[in-house]
Amino acid sequence: MGELRLMKGNEVLAEAAIRCGCDGYFGYPITPQSEVMETLMARQPWNETGMVVLQAESEVASINMVYGAAATGKKVMTSSSSPGISLMAEGISYIAGAELPCLIVNVQRGGPGLGTIQPSQADYFQSVKGGGHGDYKMIVLAPASVQEMNDFVDLGFELAFKYRNPAMILADGAIGQMMEKVELADQKPRWTKEEVEKMSGDWATIGKPKTRKKNIVTSLEMDSDKMEENNRRFQEKYQKMEEDEVRYEAIQCDDAEFVIVAFGTSARVCQKAVEIARAKGLKVGLLRPITLFPFPKKAIKELARKAKGFLSVEMSAGQMVEDIKLSVYEAGSNARVNHFGRMGGIIPTPTEVVDALEEKFSWELSYGVKRSY
Amino acid sequence: MELNVVTKPEEIMDIKEIIKPENLVYQKSEVLNDDIMHYCPGCSHGVVHKILAELIEEMGLQEKTVGIAPVGCAVFAYNYIDIDWQEAAHGRAPAVATGVARLNPDNFVFTYQGDGDLASIGSAEIMHACNRGENILVVFINNGIYGMTGGQMAPTTLEGMVTATTPYGRNVDLNGYPMKITNLIAQLPGTSYVTRQAVHTAANARKCKRSLKKAIQNVLDKKGTSFVEVVSTCNSGWKMSPVEANNWMEENMIPYYPLGDLKDSVKGEHSEN
Repeated sequence: MGELRLMKGNEVLAEAAIRCGCDGYFGYPITPQSEVMETLMARQPWNETGMVVLQAESEVASINMVYGAAATGKKVMTSSSSPGISLMAEGISYIAGAELPCLIVNVQRGGPGLGTIQPSQADYFQSVKGGGHGDYKMIVLAPASVQEMNDFVDLGFELAFKYRNPAMILADGAIGQMMEKVELADQKPRWTKEEVEKMSGDWATIGKPKTRKKNIVTSLEMDSDKMEENNRRFQEKYQKMEEDEVRYEAIQCDDAEFVIVAFGTSARVCQKAVEIARAKGLKVGLLRPITLFPFPKKAIKELARKAKGFLSVEMSAGQMVEDIKLSVYEAGSNARVNHFGRMGGIIPTPTEVVDALEEKFSWELSYGVKRSY
Repeated sequence: MELNVVTKPEEIMDIKEIIKPENLVYQKSEVLNDDIMHYCPGCSHGVVHKILAELIEEMGLQEKTVGIAPVGCAVFAYNYIDIDWQEAAHGRAPAVATGVARLNPDNFVFTYQGDGDLASIGSAEIMHACNRGENILVVFINNGIYGMTGGQMAPTTLEGMVTATTPYGRNVDLNGYPMKITNLIAQLPGTSYVTRQAVHTAANARKCKRSLKKAIQNVLDKKGTSFVEVVSTCNSGWKMSPVEANNWMEENMIPYYPLGDLKDSVKGEHSEN
């Protein structure tokens, strides 16, 4: 068993980055995730592992430092919160277009605009549908505990390198700020120069030996036929992610007549909501997507064959609910899909969720059958 | 008397003699590859590319050099110089170079940026990279215009200068003043060598090469950021012939952007300029 500690989600991100052999972190302060860089600067990992940590002049600069550093074939990351991620969107699009691996963490706060520093999940669309310009996707991991904040750093890097694509951890202010017990991984060594050359020497910009052609990292292609070909290759990659990388947790879904779908902090709240509902005799289950892209469509389609209704619980006006509706529609099911959410930095309570479920599905609960639209 | 005019070299020297290595007087750098350049005839980019390629070869840096290409005409610099390249978003080359240089400090990293890229959209990135004293070379091509997008006003456009977005000439009340960003850069303690050069004559090109060589050596010696501005022509954007553009540059650009070293010290010192 690894070392046990009581830590904040943001602090764990920093610790996990050092321990997984991350080579570089570039960031800019923003609430509620500033502890990530603060922890790194206090830890001074450059003395221990050689990891580079740099405070950039803006989020625009930090994502472009990540873009440059990622082109060297090393493990690099940044973290920010919603407004900062908006500033990074251009850079993320370039990284996806140039097919570089990196890890981006969004510890979400409420918007739009400057919004609030309190937790939110309103960047779902921005994260899973691309966010920047052009047709691109990235794997989005949604931690629901401080332990998962730890685990997803290593996993995020693994997936980023597997697909040569940016990966994102989509957390929220609550996960970032709360303290929980966490089991830390053992220190992994950083990749050696030889390992990087072996893995990524055919594309990384690390200096051109006489023996190979120059490596050019770019997202630019002026020939439309070739650019379409590039886009097709990207789409095949995203398709492969949809086939192979779906991760979710199903809690008491086997006999569920109503399925709550929630991720991150909302999923923690909904675990309690399921308990309360079950105690009332309602057959309620929880499906927690761990990957938001790729979305667990198949799991929802499967559940839609029996379930009378789905309730998407999000700290937003309802974004993931659209993906649930799409999956239910594709399953040919007439189960109703509803949404319950709080905004402005408010976390829903378990009883609020159960009340919402009873109210929104009162017809099904009264008649005991599915109600068609 | 009949003049015996020699018109073909073969008549004075056997061809096999000519191609002997000891008779070689000039050779294109091997680091500059054979792709046909897309730059307009008369443009300064070609000369600066050639100088950089020559220096990379002469200083034995091909295997450790990483170039960061900008957005603008030089976006395709990666087609011409035979080294590893990364193409940056508009203005962000200094941040991209920071990422590369911080992770691989043994590489020689340089950015190649135009005036719209460096002095307008990328003004924050260049200031902060220079202020941190990143060990990189910045090659700054200042032709007072956005060349690739069709000749719009840049921060460096001279007062009264006609561009696509200042069709009646740059009006400083409306558009502000031509920015001498290199003078600002020279104030930053992170820079060690800041100079302004040109390549419109053979003498200027030779001087520019000497400056670039010194700038590269400073980067290799970890002296902080070296910054070389090249006052350049964009004869297509300026709607002039190459000769007219060279003359116009001498008469108008160079008086406002005078050539010479702005700073030659060590990292951490403030410029007196």
